[in-house]
Amino acid sequence: MSTANVDLTDEMGHDDHGHHEQSFVSKYIFSTDHKTIAKQFLISGIIWAIIGGLLSVVFRLQLGFPNMDMAWLRPFLGEWINIDAATGMGKLDTEFYLALVTMHGTIMVFFVLTAGLSGTFSNFLIPLQIGARDMASGFMNMLSYWFFFLSSVIMFASFFISTGPASGSWVIYPPLSALPQSMSGAGLGMTLWLVAMALFIVSTLLGGINYIATIINLRTDGMSFTKMPLTIWAFFLTAIIGLLSFPVLLSAALLLILDRSFGTSFFLSEIYIGGEALPNMGGSPILFQHLFWFLGHPEVYIVLLPSLGITSEIIATNARKPIFGYRAMIGSMMGIAILSFVVWAHHMFVTGMNPFAGSIFMLLTLIIAVPSAIKAFNYITTLWKGNIIFTPAMMFSIGLVSFFISGGVTGIFLGNAALDIQLHDTYFVTAHFHLVMGSAAFFGMIAGVYHWFPKMFGRMMDRKLGYIHFWTSFIGIYLIFFPMHYIGIAGFPRRYYSFTNFDAFSTFTDLNAFISIAAIATFVAQLIFVFNFFYSIFKGRRATQNPWNSTTLEWTTPIEPGHGNWPGPIPKVYRWPYDLSKPGAKEDFIPQNVPFAETPESNLPHEQELAGLEGKEDNTIKVD
Amino acid sequence: MQNLLLGASVALILVISFMIYKLTTLINVAKGSKTDQEASSNNVNGILMLAFLIIGGVAATWSAVAYFDLYDIPVASEHGVKTDSMFWITMWITGAAFVITHILLFYFAFKYRYKKDAKAKFYPDNHKLELIWTLVPALVLTILIMYGLRLWNGITDTAPEQAEVVEIMGAQFAWRVRYPGADNALGKYDYRKIDASNAFGMDLSDKSSHDDFVPREIHLPKGKPVLLKIRARDVLHSVYLPQFRVKMDAVPGMPTQFWFVPTKSTADMRAETGNPDFNYELACAEICGEGHFSMRMIVVVDEPADYEAWKKSQQTWLAQNPEYLSQVPEELQEVAMLSAGIEENESKDSSL
Repeated sequence: MSTANVDLTDEMGHDDHGHHEQSFVSKYIFSTDHKTIAKQFLISGIIWAIIGGLLSVVFRLQLGFPNMDMAWLRPFLGEWINIDAATGMGKLDTEFYLALVTMHGTIMVFFVLTAGLSGTFSNFLIPLQIGARDMASGFMNMLSYWFFFLSSVIMFASFFISTGPASGSWVIYPPLSALPQSMSGAGLGMTLWLVAMALFIVSTLLGGINYIATIINLRTDGMSFTKMPLTIWAFFLTAIIGLLSFPVLLSAALLLILDRSFGTSFFLSEIYIGGEALPNMGGSPILFQHLFWFLGHPEVYIVLLPSLGITSEIIATNARKPIFGYRAMIGSMMGIAILSFVVWAHHMFVTGMNPFAGSIFMLLTLIIAVPSAIKAFNYITTLWKGNIIFTPAMMFSIGLVSFFISGGVTGIFLGNAALDIQLHDTYFVTAHFHLVMGSAAFFGMIAGVYHWFPKMFGRMMDRKLGYIHFWTSFIGIYLIFFPMHYIGIAGFPRRYYSFTNFDAFSTFTDLNAFISIAAIATFVAQLIFVFNFFYSIFKGRRATQNPWNSTTLEWTTPIEPGHGNWPGPIPKVYRWPYDLSKPGAKEDFIPQNVPFAETPESNLPHEQELAGLEGKEDNTIKVD
Repeated sequence: MQNLLLGASVALILVISFMIYKLTTLINVAKGSKTDQEASSNNVNGILMLAFLIIGGVAATWSAVAYFDLYDIPVASEHGVKTDSMFWITMWITGAAFVITHILLFYFAFKYRYKKDAKAKFYPDNHKLELIWTLVPALVLTILIMYGLRLWNGITDTAPEQAEVVEIMGAQFAWRVRYPGADNALGKYDYRKIDASNAFGMDLSDKSSHDDFVPREIHLPKGKPVLLKIRARDVLHSVYLPQFRVKMDAVPGMPTQFWFVPTKSTADMRAETGNPDFNYELACAEICGEGHFSMRMIVVVDEPADYEAWKKSQQTWLAQNPEYLSQVPEELQEVAMLSAGIEENESKDSSL
């Protein structure tokens, strides 16, 4: 560890003298600097979020206003809008509707909330908060982004082929996704989806290995695991989950590719389609579902844990209080991480899986509610008797806690196999996961951007616009997803182009229209953020070194940290990251790099003992 | 026109954002101090948090009451009554947790908003408190799990011997049903025997298939257990009967099943809902292609006597398609004609 640091310090000294000019390409494009890569992930994520959001606007128009003339969308969607020859009315193509839903899910889950979230904040914060010059392998880190970029290009390209993008929903269950004769999106669109996802998984693994290696090996002196900020704990566990589960999706994708193109029968059996009986025998579509959800469920936590980590950090900083139950927070994240691997089949209660397996998975699933509840209670207790500063980041974090609870409680219904019979694949599920993983994770990401923007760009985002953005988004999201529960309890199935065919689903037209309006308004409100973000990069108020009076190491770097992060030696760490409003302390925060010896007025008894040891520790290190 | 409108509204948002931005910067410059601004924003946002709690709480309660009759859909099966009651028990428990945590969350946000002279309480942990809120949810969840497991095991238990067997098959994009006929046994099938008329791929060398019939609607007897034997012909589908609280995927190559007891006939339901046009419907709940949203089949629940009469009145599939007699092995043909109810001359006609 120390040798690596010494080498880098030398290099830094060298930089101070010569400051060799980096070319534009190596500085901004094929950069190996974790901060630049983080920004690349962030901006790609924002672009994907806008695309994913736009797709949802289109299908919400269809769901909310099924009789609407969509001819005006023809310049954008072309043949996907069918014009009725008699009336001239434009109608969204029924299969393109499914493609929209599929791509919205894929983009949001993987490209925005996995790559955009972990890619941004793991990359940006891990070296800065643990006190490292950069990632363990800058080159792998660069590869991680460019694999993601390539994956993005391929996924985006699938919108422009004549058979359309993948349309079998984001879970791509075969045989629908395996047989081009079942739907046009199962042709080239599906191939591109699989290729893009394979590259995406490569990117995630390259990133994940790097995060884990960096956190284990490159922590600065004194940064023990029990002094790490909760953000780092969250990123660490997320990377481990990803490393263990994404390869399983890759294998599922590979087997699906074999079934599609090479005549194997992993997932296909006894199929008669398009007027012919296929030769495939003995495969099992259920097998695919097991493989898919073996990633798919941990994926929920891959999306959520980083946001929970970010929130922990922001809530503690802005409540000016230590996070309540630091160790319990770590413990519950570990619990969630482990349990996330043994609950996957709760997505499959009614797929024909053995009901006994259903019982086991129901039991395990409901257990995961305990660590989740602990987290929610701890956040609330952190607010109690705080001195809360409502920065936009803080408000988004509070919003996250609210979504985490509202979306979490409905999980108790869905994890119960007996209730899932009725609720499975209805809008109740849609409402549930959009709150608990979609909106909550999204709010964590946005909170992180507001909070660390000054560190990223040396400037501040505008506060007032942040407030407007928060309130419109927060209220908007509840207006979309709260009423959606009613539609779900009434039994409306997901992925329906329209509900007019069924008497049972002919109600709620007013509520569906209401939800669509709320969704469009919420989407439009995000443009405030986009404006604030890009405008502030160039014209924002200049940031100070530690604008939120935070305790963690990233705020000890220069306002705009260069290559290597700290111009001098890397600061040492003496205390945990949550010494906020400590009794007796001069200020209401004590950064992690302040030795106990310098704060006798606020030291707790055991810390006072440590203060005596601090000098000796220094000596031993020098002897080494 | 609409393009223009769309572009204009995006531009408008950007312009408004820009103006707010400029305005706040100007105000900041005029005011000079940052801390005052922080404090005032804190008051406004703190009060908004409380307002959100109150207005949101009222709106949530109002909508839950106003829409109750719409989302509380009638239930017409034995197990459905039990799962519904479990649903509402879960709703009360989680609803309480939801309300309490939200009151605390937003009230704390409001109450402890930044004040200049205030200092936050250094309160890093409290093991007793943490133990309590680990054990209480664990206990409540244990109860829910026990209750849920008992229900689930009952629902998924083996169907009673005397259950009426109905085969449902999903195919893009329609449901098909097959009844076992007089012998109460469904004939074997082989997907390679499927063709335009033999949609089920019935294997006519199996005696049991000769009296099977394939109606256009599903009929079920009221008050008797019904066992659905479910399969799919092409891709995944899912048998979904909302009022019976029944859902089970149809999987190609892997037959699944679900049994239940309908408790209300279609006529009962028409009386209960006050809707003379009410019909039970079978829907598809697993994405299966572009016609997914249109896979509808009417389900009729009859009084047991009417059900038996209906069954008797159905013509067997073989009688509807006598040309398939040629697929019946020679030695079985006579028996087949008998059990399928085919008159001698009829078959001769078809063989001409």
